[in-house]
Amino acid sequence: MSSGQVVKRVKYKATVKDPGTSGVLKLTQEKFVFKPNDPTSNNKLDVEFRFIKSHKHTKEGSGKPPWLNLTHAQGSYIFELESFADLHVCRELVGIALSKHVQVEATKVISEEQLSSAEMTLRIKLLQEDSKLQRLHKELVASGKLTESEFWATKKKLLDQDESRKLKQRIGFKNSLIFDTKPMSDGRINQVKFQLTPEIKYQIFTLKPAVHQAFLNFVPSKMNEVDFWNKYFKAEYLHSTKNAVAAAAEAAEDEDLAVFLKDDEILEIEARKKVRRVDPTLDMEADQGDDYTHLPDHGIFRDGSKEISEAQNSLYKRTLLQDLNRQGAVVLEGKTLDMEMENPRTVAEILARRKQESDEVLGDERQNRISKMTPIEDLQSQDDHRYAPLCIKDPRDYFDFQQANAVKTLDDSQPGMEQMICSLGSEEAYGSLRASISKIQATGLRDPLFSPEVALKVLHGLTKNISSSKYHLGKTSQESVLDILPNTTKEKLLDHWVCSQELLRHFWSSYPVTTQNLVNKTRRLKDSISQIYSKLEEIKVSAQSDLRHQVSLVVHPMQQALDAALLHYDADIRKRNARGSKSNGYV
Amino acid sequence: MHRFNKGVEGTQRKHTMPSAPSKLYADDVSLLVVTLDTNPFFWTTFPFPFAEFLSQVLAFLNSILLLGQLNQLIVIATGCNSCAYVYDSTSERNHGSTTGTMPALYSNLLHNLHEFLARDKQLEASHKPGTVPSSLLSGSLSMALCYIQRAFRSGPMPPQPRILCLQGTADGPEQYVAIMNAIFSAQRSTVPIDSCYIGSNNSAFLQQASYITGGIYYKPPQLDGLYQYLSTVFATDLHSRAFLRLPKSVGVDFRASCFCHKQTIDMGFVCSVCLSIFCEHHDKCSTCGSVFGQAQLDASEANRKRKA
Repeated sequence: MSSGQVVKRVKYKATVKDPGTSGVLKLTQEKFVFKPNDPTSNNKLDVEFRFIKSHKHTKEGSGKPPWLNLTHAQGSYIFELESFADLHVCRELVGIALSKHVQVEATKVISEEQLSSAEMTLRIKLLQEDSKLQRLHKELVASGKLTESEFWATKKKLLDQDESRKLKQRIGFKNSLIFDTKPMSDGRINQVKFQLTPEIKYQIFTLKPAVHQAFLNFVPSKMNEVDFWNKYFKAEYLHSTKNAVAAAAEAAEDEDLAVFLKDDEILEIEARKKVRRVDPTLDMEADQGDDYTHLPDHGIFRDGSKEISEAQNSLYKRTLLQDLNRQGAVVLEGKTLDMEMENPRTVAEILARRKQESDEVLGDERQNRISKMTPIEDLQSQDDHRYAPLCIKDPRDYFDFQQANAVKTLDDSQPGMEQMICSLGSEEAYGSLRASISKIQATGLRDPLFSPEVALKVLHGLTKNISSSKYHLGKTSQESVLDILPNTTKEKLLDHWVCSQELLRHFWSSYPVTTQNLVNKTRRLKDSISQIYSKLEEIKVSAQSDLRHQVSLVVHPMQQALDAALLHYDADIRKRNARGSKSNGYV
Repeated sequence: MHRFNKGVEGTQRKHTMPSAPSKLYADDVSLLVVTLDTNPFFWTTFPFPFAEFLSQVLAFLNSILLLGQLNQLIVIATGCNSCAYVYDSTSERNHGSTTGTMPALYSNLLHNLHEFLARDKQLEASHKPGTVPSSLLSGSLSMALCYIQRAFRSGPMPPQPRILCLQGTADGPEQYVAIMNAIFSAQRSTVPIDSCYIGSNNSAFLQQASYITGGIYYKPPQLDGLYQYLSTVFATDLHSRAFLRLPKSVGVDFRASCFCHKQTIDMGFVCSVCLSIFCEHHDKCSTCGSVFGQAQLDASEANRKRKA
């Protein structure tokens, strides 16, 4: 330790699942060296600490073997040590070594983001799913042309997309009838017990707006929460005994209790509201079941009881149908709150607020619906004529179409733009056109319109055109120069194309260069761009002679784009150097 | 790459209009809007005579009407100063039978064309002598689309619309934005633009128009057989195109025109806010007014100012 060097016997694992290679790990403050016991193994490592981003280790007693995990840009080195004591020694040294490099690192990369493991796995997943992306990542990041964060900065959309894809499912209500919270009785004393959890309270609030309202009114001003729930369950109990007369009697005694026993006025209002939300054109008979204005003996009484009681007591009756409807509505609506439901008072308040908001939304919705249902035909724009989405095609598609064109026009070796010379004045021009029209007016169409020879020629020409495109191109839908080229060249070209596009995107987005970081980045990018440039040149030279022309046509626009970037870089450097002397070191 | 086995139209249309709303069209009734290039300067320099061209086109127009009793035909003249509807098969006036030597279609169209040319001449603006001014393709495309929009609203079952551009004059880069807008609105309302280009080079505008809207672009090599090209390639209605193998485009020129000098360019500057295209660096976008950062100079000057 004092010598700044630690040597331990370890197993090196490339991945977590890797069984590991046994060997010796030598740690110094500058670097670490791993030598496998088996000299033929090619798992030798010699890595300087400046490439290591962070280190992790397993905890003692976590049931995992003592692992030291050194993360670098593309993955991590995992070492399994023989004991936790060994691990601590190593960890200490790695910590010192890394802290030394952190400062260097900090100036190098100003905002190297800290990635959560979730983000990391997401990126890895994206790479695994898309082999093209993976190749690009390997090409650009692994070779140090771009840093990890730079690479992903332009792929934000991909990351976000994935984020939205795994939207968490909302937890809804249990679809069990909360109305039937069954009392538990031990049978010995004249007392029943109800189970009450915050969740049940929440559900009661949403199911029964009257209880909710009562809670807001009474608690804690009139009674405390325990009393409130006692009263509530007493009322519930009376309901469950199906004794409407007894319920009425109790209600007469205790006015607070009456609140729970009466049919919810609020529910009624809500039902009316709901009725209003239905299409005005709909036959409302069907919705009667949800409405509280129907006659009492239309509903099926709770638990099928056919007992007919006096009309005044019907106020205290609920039908099973109503209960089921209400339950269904609430369950379908789902939870509107996503929070810990500890304090029923706050829950009740938030719910009340939420409901008001949703009522406003519903009001707007109703307005929209009405305007949709009752159109004044002359004033309405037609809804049925919708538009196709604007089509933005695959870049490859554009590439193919444009390339084919480039080759074609150049193969015809037509002069770029034949500027037609029109020596005639407008008078003569219009005159001659009018003369031709008069000519047809006078003589009619020529008869026959054209000779059979021409017709045959046209037919042959068209047939040849269509069949040649069929035979030459087979199944591909587009004529593409790329398909003429041998596969390896084609692959290489496409790779370079993708790569250069990515590099150019980064290059241009780093202008104007305002920080040292960007200066470094543009320099790095410029080097990679010139590398690709020379690679393209190579492809051009190495192409077979009969294809060379085509290849150079394909390569030309790519090189042009790269050229522009290089030119811009040089011009920018020159400009900055010219001013550099004056601007007191400001970049 | 998708398989090519149904003819250009079949695959391309599927490709271009992935979720086109299913419109209820009258079964195989076509509404064909033809734009006719009547640029006098072009025709006087073009080796193929206008009279010949017109008679072949007239025969084609007649056969479109003969193909189906319910087919509708609109002809729009594309002049170099103005555009105008010169024929509408739905109007009562055009239903008369043969007058003298030729069908009502011919005589009415020719008559209107005559009048149109006279009006077009009066509107004439001076152009650089010795050059051919471009035809107002953007104008006639817009008129065609307007007409089609009206047809969409005419009833529950409008005929299937398509546009055929008979163009000879070279592209006018100054119309780039207008034409692209017309193309995109055609694509949005699922109206294919077919183009039959008879000029000497290919027309980038029409290539793009047909490519984007899923129409056919064809440049007939043998102009004296124009009628046959028109009737074999462009007379097919949209439904039949799914089953036919029609000539397909062999490449599209995607080059854009810059907004500042209206020149066709290979490479240029694009406004990062509104995507306007310029051939040279501007301090301020002329379309949306965004001010572009003047890379180094301004940054350091601002810095110095702040410092002071």
